[in-house]
Amino acid sequence: MKAVRFWGTRGSLPVALTAADVRTKLRAGLRAARGRSIASEPDLEAVLASLPFSVAGTYGGHSSCVQLETGGPDYFICDMGSGLRPFGQAATARRNGAAQTFHIFMSHLHWDHIMGLPFFVPAFIPGNRVVIYGCHEELESALRRQQDRPSFPVDFSIFGAKLEFVRLEPGRTYEIAGVAVTSMLQRHAGDSYGYRFEAQGKVVVYSTDSEHPLAQAEHAERFVRFFGDADLVIFDAMYSLADAISVKADWGHSSNIVGVELCQMAGVRHLCLFHHEPVFDDAAIDAVLAETRRLEEITRGVTRLNVSAAFDGMEIAL
Amino acid sequence: MQIATRQVADTVIAAPVGRIDHQSAAPFEAALTPLVAAAVAERGSLVLDFSGIDYISSVGLRVLMIAAKQMRANEGRLFVAALQSVVAEIFAISRFDRILTVTATVDDAIALCSPATLAQYRSAGAAP
Repeated sequence: MKAVRFWGTRGSLPVALTAADVRTKLRAGLRAARGRSIASEPDLEAVLASLPFSVAGTYGGHSSCVQLETGGPDYFICDMGSGLRPFGQAATARRNGAAQTFHIFMSHLHWDHIMGLPFFVPAFIPGNRVVIYGCHEELESALRRQQDRPSFPVDFSIFGAKLEFVRLEPGRTYEIAGVAVTSMLQRHAGDSYGYRFEAQGKVVVYSTDSEHPLAQAEHAERFVRFFGDADLVIFDAMYSLADAISVKADWGHSSNIVGVELCQMAGVRHLCLFHHEPVFDDAAIDAVLAETRRLEEITRGVTRLNVSAAFDGMEIAL
Repeated sequence: MQIATRQVADTVIAAPVGRIDHQSAAPFEAALTPLVAAAVAERGSLVLDFSGIDYISSVGLRVLMIAAKQMRANEGRLFVAALQSVVAEIFAISRFDRILTVTATVDDAIALCSPATLAQYRSAGAAP
């Protein structure tokens, strides 16, 4: 595997910047440029580089969709949130008339993880193959129901590509287009599943919509084994620990603190915070990232755990 | 886990020492349970002097949250006092500083306890 690309990183519900949000960013950027030269492009780039990500960029608002760049011709995708739409457009732009194959792995079937399918352009193109993998019994019916009347104007008959559904058995490792894929049951309303992808000596774990009951030692041990020695773990860090185990207990999500602890115990090299709380603005996610890096620093053992926060358009090289 | 304790009027003051991590959280919880019961029996408060704690994990924080809930359910209060700087950062990052009552010193916690506790604490002197 070569890289991981994020097309949707927001939890529960897509969000968008408002005009006021953009104006706030512009104001902060212009304020930072006061007294500095912006006459040349390098000068301008230097000012931009000095700004925090929450000012110069945005974490984005699409719901869960992550691409694994395996190095092979087939596409690997985790979840079909609203980020599947821009991914589908980008993949189609690279098509050059050739048929394409997409392997899509579903953590679960909640709305924010399936809403991209009706807008997935490659599914409309004859010759393409879209293989949707998951562990839920309702894998196919949930996706068909999403496009039934009155929820959507067109059903599956509109798709020109060949759609296939493959039920996976949790804990079993499958060889799919050169990638070893293993799923694991996670704690979430209606169940969710994490995926461990292994290829060419690299390991990526996708573990979203997953709550971690702190009182159960065997639960933590199970995840430490699943995350073991991974190059990258994409982790549901939607809430603070205090919220996750008090007012939002049993809501099915986790925290940055638990992410750092599990990854440190598992010898993971890179933790990527994912499934951001939709009410958080860019500054709030920036703050969570800074705090998480500080937590990693003050609890570091022998090896350093790299910490990042996913944003739409982000790419992590493996 | 050994926790030095003393009773001051209707308040229990307890001073755990060491790390509260995934291994020691269960012994910490076991040691804390009778202290919560003692404070509840007095309808008083439990003050945890954390000056000797140099690390606390998520599992340890959960133990504190449960203790605070038990105290609240019985009209008592839990105070966590005198955090070391690293532990104070963990409280802030986890947002536990927003759901628990944290004080800079044990004296500050005692000042929030009952008048009887405050009077007895002052007459006995601050040292245990």
